[in-house]
Amino acid sequence: MTPGTETLNPIERSSHGRFGDHTFRWVVAAAGLTVLAILALMIGSTTLDAIPVFASQGILNFLTGTTWDPGVSRTEITGTYQAGVFLFGTLVTSLLAIVLALPLSIAIALFLSDVASPRLARPLAYLVELLAAIPSVIYGLWGLHFFAPTVLKPIAKFLSDTLGFIPLFEGPVVAFNPFYAGVVLAIMILPIITAIVHEIFRAAPLAERQAAYGLGATRWEVMWKIVVPRSRPGIIGATMLGLGRALGETIAIALLIGGGTTINLSLFQQSESIAAKIVNTFQESAPEASNALIALGVTLFAITIVINMAARLIVRQLGDVSGEAIA
Amino acid sequence: MRATIRDATMTTPTMTDPAADPSARQASEAPPAGATLPPRPLVRSANAPGTGTAGRETDGTPGRPAVDLSDVSVYYGAFRAVRDVSFSVPTHAITALIGPSGSGKSTLLRAINRMNDLTPGSRLEGEVRYHGKNLYASDVDPVEVRRRIGMVFQKPNPFPKSIYDNVAFGPRINGYRGNLDDLVERSLRQAALWNEVKDKLKQSGLALSGGQQQRLCIARTIAVEPEIILMDEPASALDPRSTLQIEELMAELKENYTIVIVTHNMQQAARASDRTVFLNMGEDRAGYVVEVDETVKIFTNPREQLTEDYISGRFG
Amino acid sequence: MIAEVSLRATGARARRRAIVNAVMHVVLGLAVLAALIPLFLIIAVTIAEGLPAMTIEFLTSTFNFSRRVQGGGYLHGLIGTLYMGGLATLMAVPIGIASALFLTEFPKSRLAGPIRFFADVMTGVPSVFVGLFVYSLLVRQIGFGTFVGALSLAIIMLPIIVRSAEEILRTVPGDLKRGSYALGARQWQPVFRVTLPSAASGLTTGVMLAVARALGETAPLVLTALAAQTIVLDFQGQGQTALPLLIFREARGAFAAGQERAWAGALELMALVLLLSILARVIATRRASQ
Repeated sequence: MTPGTETLNPIERSSHGRFGDHTFRWVVAAAGLTVLAILALMIGSTTLDAIPVFASQGILNFLTGTTWDPGVSRTEITGTYQAGVFLFGTLVTSLLAIVLALPLSIAIALFLSDVASPRLARPLAYLVELLAAIPSVIYGLWGLHFFAPTVLKPIAKFLSDTLGFIPLFEGPVVAFNPFYAGVVLAIMILPIITAIVHEIFRAAPLAERQAAYGLGATRWEVMWKIVVPRSRPGIIGATMLGLGRALGETIAIALLIGGGTTINLSLFQQSESIAAKIVNTFQESAPEASNALIALGVTLFAITIVINMAARLIVRQLGDVSGEAIA
Repeated sequence: MRATIRDATMTTPTMTDPAADPSARQASEAPPAGATLPPRPLVRSANAPGTGTAGRETDGTPGRPAVDLSDVSVYYGAFRAVRDVSFSVPTHAITALIGPSGSGKSTLLRAINRMNDLTPGSRLEGEVRYHGKNLYASDVDPVEVRRRIGMVFQKPNPFPKSIYDNVAFGPRINGYRGNLDDLVERSLRQAALWNEVKDKLKQSGLALSGGQQQRLCIARTIAVEPEIILMDEPASALDPRSTLQIEELMAELKENYTIVIVTHNMQQAARASDRTVFLNMGEDRAGYVVEVDETVKIFTNPREQLTEDYISGRFG
Repeated sequence: MIAEVSLRATGARARRRAIVNAVMHVVLGLAVLAALIPLFLIIAVTIAEGLPAMTIEFLTSTFNFSRRVQGGGYLHGLIGTLYMGGLATLMAVPIGIASALFLTEFPKSRLAGPIRFFADVMTGVPSVFVGLFVYSLLVRQIGFGTFVGALSLAIIMLPIIVRSAEEILRTVPGDLKRGSYALGARQWQPVFRVTLPSAASGLTTGVMLAVARALGETAPLVLTALAAQTIVLDFQGQGQTALPLLIFREARGAFAAGQERAWAGALELMALVLLLSILARVIATRRASQ
């Protein structure tokens, strides 16, 4: 591509300026390529380490089996590495988080876009955003030593007492469980989903809202029958981005989920997620087990990347939305 | 009596529009028992479809105004957009609001169905009476006002839904009990759009041309069976042919509806309206009424020099 | 003369709609409250638990003895956090802003689309995976340490900076640049004399938010910095620690003394991160009002 200057300024060709332009161009292009290179390297390097693990276990076994029995070899794969338990734990906590966060996010975004005056909406939106600024480890600490024992435990006990016949809510309630992890995770992804959905709602044309008001719709009807339906693709995209974030969340879950080793349908029994497994056992792992953890990471990466790319494509198609809120 | 619009901005979920708040409504002076259920002068019963005027109680008093504005001033925050406006809107006629930009035509139009409530910081002084009832009284539900006084906007604004769903939107939220298919067809016929869209009712309303979209918006408005239709420069975004179609449509609609139209287009006002309100922008940048009269008089023999200057294109 | 018209919400249907409307407004308001309560609880509990333990000793010492004993502090963690955070900023900011310049100055390049898209995708990569990547690529060769920890943080910051810087640079009025071109300037000259200076405050905001995000990261550091018991100034090869790492280790410990330190550390970290976020916001707001 030709820099604009050459057309703007074709006569004056001082070699100094041209040299500067070329250098500038190559430097910024190289920087841009770094981004792509890092991503490529990321995939390449980890996959290379993970392949022996996938090969020795078989992909299907690796994904669906439920035995994780690490070996201690420095050079070969001697243990059994199957991710089923952790995959299940990851999905359960993430889905729980989405189920809790999504309706709340939509409600908050509606309040901010259609109910609150701009003067009120701006600081409120910022406060909700602040939730995203709090480090994961603080969520974990807070969840572990305050929120779970004082707020969530009674709720969990109540649910298992009244709905215990459903496998999902079967007791007893242990001290670390996916329910605690999922609820804290919901709080963590709430600001992410809210920010995007809010942006999407704000992009809904005033003219459509006015038309509905003009037909005698109440404000709630305008929100629920005009603003929300037209924003459905954006809401789906935002949900998927929130899901991607939830799947990859590590530290808070590592502190709350309990390090279970079997698949358990109950939300109140110990479980383990992929990311938590990685940080929980990394330090005691021999090289082959480290490779197995990298294989877990690659699996997680593959899932989140697919969800993320799909979500980005959906959100980007909407055009009006900058996506700035997502980072 | 002075009525003021409360700031429509909602600061807390419970601070709804005072008129929409049931408790506020109960507290206000209730009309004598029996008058609560209105002898709705405007609602046609569902089993008298299409005929429009059937059963309309206002028919007996043709000269009686549908809307009466007296000493209306509209403020946006500290800014007064319209000052001391008084005029009345006769039933089954087209009233045109004309005047240069900034003379407050749209603001006035929106005062008639309380759309201004939706603009934070807006406030109204004076009275807007609808069949004698002050629209800004505390026991008035703005939602009900907007159902009875429909609005067509400057730019066609169909919902991103199917043609059918666009027209059915209003009846659905109002819990229409009759045959919805019939109502949609009737409304589209009245809006002179039926023949063009009868085979593609499931298509998006956005796929129509600009003129068709505007007629869809008119059909959508008609479908909630209002008495009055407010039109805010409904043809300004359209080509001449579509403009003419809209004007013809208006002439038909006035059989069944009372129409108030804001227009920039002098010829349109002259051609299409029965009565004209000429507004101008004052020194204080607030709009005020210069002259109100039969359209014929305004355009042939205006009382005010200003009016003559304006309609002959000398300013504005 | 007809009787007075009523414009109240009459009839069961209209009344029900009015009630649903009012109820849903309350529900939406409660949803906002439901989000603000955890925010309040996190901040309040962290302050309440952390403040008593936040002594001069905590701020100025490392723990020189067993975790079960009271006393000692997280100075080594704070130094590690600032050390790695600073290094990561030095790595990520130039590359990030240069990439953003590429996207805004050469928008028609065939690379612009992919770079933008994959920068977006990178913001969604789990941070623990970034740690695994640096471990797999470098740590196995050159060991744990400050540099590899900082590198993992830089990779997390990079896409955030690219996207925020691009948004900011794009808002620099084209007139300014065209003005320079009209004076015979080359493309790179106005970039440094006009574009970057006039975008400075916005770029600062974006960088600060990215730094705030990086300073709070734990998972990648578990896999790269590993751990340290004392202050580590080595650039590479020696395990390093950080506030989040110390909090993570002691949060799950069984010892009350350790948990107290974890709360104090959380307060310290939260103050650092929220200060950066809020400051970034203030700069952004001031810029917007100009």
